[in-house]
Amino acid sequence: MDLILQPWPWYVGGLFIAATLILLLFMGKTFGFSSNLRTMCSMLGAGKTCDFFCFNWKAQTWNLLFLVGTIAGGFIAYHFLSVEPAAVPLGENTVQKLNELGIESAGQAYIPTELFGSEAFGSLKTIGLLLLAGFFVGFGSRYAGGCTSGHAISGLSNLQLPSLIAVIGFFIGGLIMVHVLFPLIF
Amino acid sequence: MKKLAYLFVGMLFGIGMFKSGAASWFRIYEMFQFDSFHMYGIMGTALTIAVLVTYLIKKNKVKDFSGNPIDFTPKEKSVPRYLIGGIFFGLGWALGGACPGPMFALAGAGFYPILIAIVGALLGTWFYGVIKKWLPH
Repeated sequence: MDLILQPWPWYVGGLFIAATLILLLFMGKTFGFSSNLRTMCSMLGAGKTCDFFCFNWKAQTWNLLFLVGTIAGGFIAYHFLSVEPAAVPLGENTVQKLNELGIESAGQAYIPTELFGSEAFGSLKTIGLLLLAGFFVGFGSRYAGGCTSGHAISGLSNLQLPSLIAVIGFFIGGLIMVHVLFPLIF
Repeated sequence: MKKLAYLFVGMLFGIGMFKSGAASWFRIYEMFQFDSFHMYGIMGTALTIAVLVTYLIKKNKVKDFSGNPIDFTPKEKSVPRYLIGGIFFGLGWALGGACPGPMFALAGAGFYPILIAIVGALLGTWFYGVIKKWLPH
């Protein structure tokens, strides 16, 4: 039980992702999480503003159920399979870099309390950063036709060159953010 | 019954994402700093298995649980949409420390500020739909 309550090693994480992809394939579906964002836009009435959201979203009900399952999975993982605060163990080197950026919760929390603590809702800067982060993720995943699951997992496992290009893009963006923009933001 | 199965697979995914740290902002930061093998190990394990299984399914024309052939749709060939879209995605992924799946796992775990990022992601998706026709693809 103690092993389960500790953070899981990388190979177990990899196994869970592979199992997800394979189970969905055998259920006749393709693993791609960000399609749900388009579906949700359609459900919220975005079809009135442009054709991109006029599609038969009911055919995506299975994926929405998958999304509800993901929410439940997060709940179960945190409340029943972790010991609070479920801190992510980090190398000293990483903790030091984060401390220099002013992120003191490194090594003591699951995600930075500076960004995701309850005070977040009271800080315009934090709200703006989270909104912007989400906006880029939503815009970028639809523009690129998929996110980490659709490209880095589904696409690459089928040896798709477009997915490799997208993953290279993910890395260019991530490296620019962390190395160039973080020192300006934090 | 089938509905329950989708919920169940989603739950497995959410648990795996959260418990392996793939839903942790810190792990994403560490990955882009090349400070740890952890995230590369997660992706590497998942891909090794997935590439092999995909190959075997195609080679042996394996059928799914309902007896239908398993299809793999090739992605449309292009460079700009994948590269530019990918860069935007990467900027957001590193800033918020979560891609779409983990965002919802975190919401379930009770880290409610992630809901702000989810609202942003819906706005970003909608914005793409609105300006799609003017973008290079």
